[in-house]
Amino acid sequence: MEITQILFWFLAILAVFGALMMVTSKNPVYSVLWLIVVFFAISGHYILLNAQFLAVVNIIVYAGAIMVLFLFVIMLMNMNAETEPQKNKWLKIAGTVAGGSLMLVFIAALRQTEILQEQQVNMGGEAGLIKTLGKTLFTDYVLPFEISSVLFLSAMVGAVVIGKKGD
Amino acid sequence: MPINNYIYLAVALFSIGVAGVLTRRNAIIIFMCIELMLNAVNLLLVAFSKMHYANAAAVDPSSIVGTEAQLFVFFIMVVAAAEVSVGLAIIVMMYRNIHSVDVNFLNRLKH
Repeated sequence: MEITQILFWFLAILAVFGALMMVTSKNPVYSVLWLIVVFFAISGHYILLNAQFLAVVNIIVYAGAIMVLFLFVIMLMNMNAETEPQKNKWLKIAGTVAGGSLMLVFIAALRQTEILQEQQVNMGGEAGLIKTLGKTLFTDYVLPFEISSVLFLSAMVGAVVIGKKGD
Repeated sequence: MPINNYIYLAVALFSIGVAGVLTRRNAIIIFMCIELMLNAVNLLLVAFSKMHYANAAAVDPSSIVGTEAQLFVFFIMVVAAAEVSVGLAIIVMMYRNIHSVDVNFLNRLKH
């Protein structure tokens, strides 16, 4: 087995295991920590796919900023395993069966597609380098880039307005 | 690496996210499951972009196929970050009003 294959399987198992632990753990703080593990595994996949820029952005934005925000809110509400909402056992089983059925449908549909069977993912190339990405971002996609800054500003203002205490 | 491996990994992560949204009652965990689903789709997008990159580069060396898809992933991340800030503000607001983050209490639109 090549080193990329070993790394792929290790990161894939880590991601799926982390996602399962995230969904099943009772304490919300542990959920956040497992989700950080999943994000690091996905960043590792990005590096394997030669998308270094996205890997770094994924770690900074998701594993760093967003997860700290989640952790902060959870600690602000003082939530732990005891304050976890009581849930119906049947609802749990139904949800698991529904999610598993969705996965089965996806896999069954994908097994029928013959065109994908012999396609290989090209690991090399320089499409993921910051230089090429930046060139495309600031020439062809400069308008969406600027609009996204407006989106961020409005989201920030919206969060402050929603979170403001009373009137 | 065959593209199938990446598709199955993304499908597994997405389905775990869907199952989490359906089973958990905690609004914050539901939000985190949505983030997981977004990340599964991002991973699939990057894998597909790398799959098509070789073909496109062979036909036209100045093609930006791989770059474009990775920029889409970048914009998905940007929108997700904005969404998280507003969503968490809404959850904090909800906690302040009903002192719980249980979505079962959200079955009415007003008191």
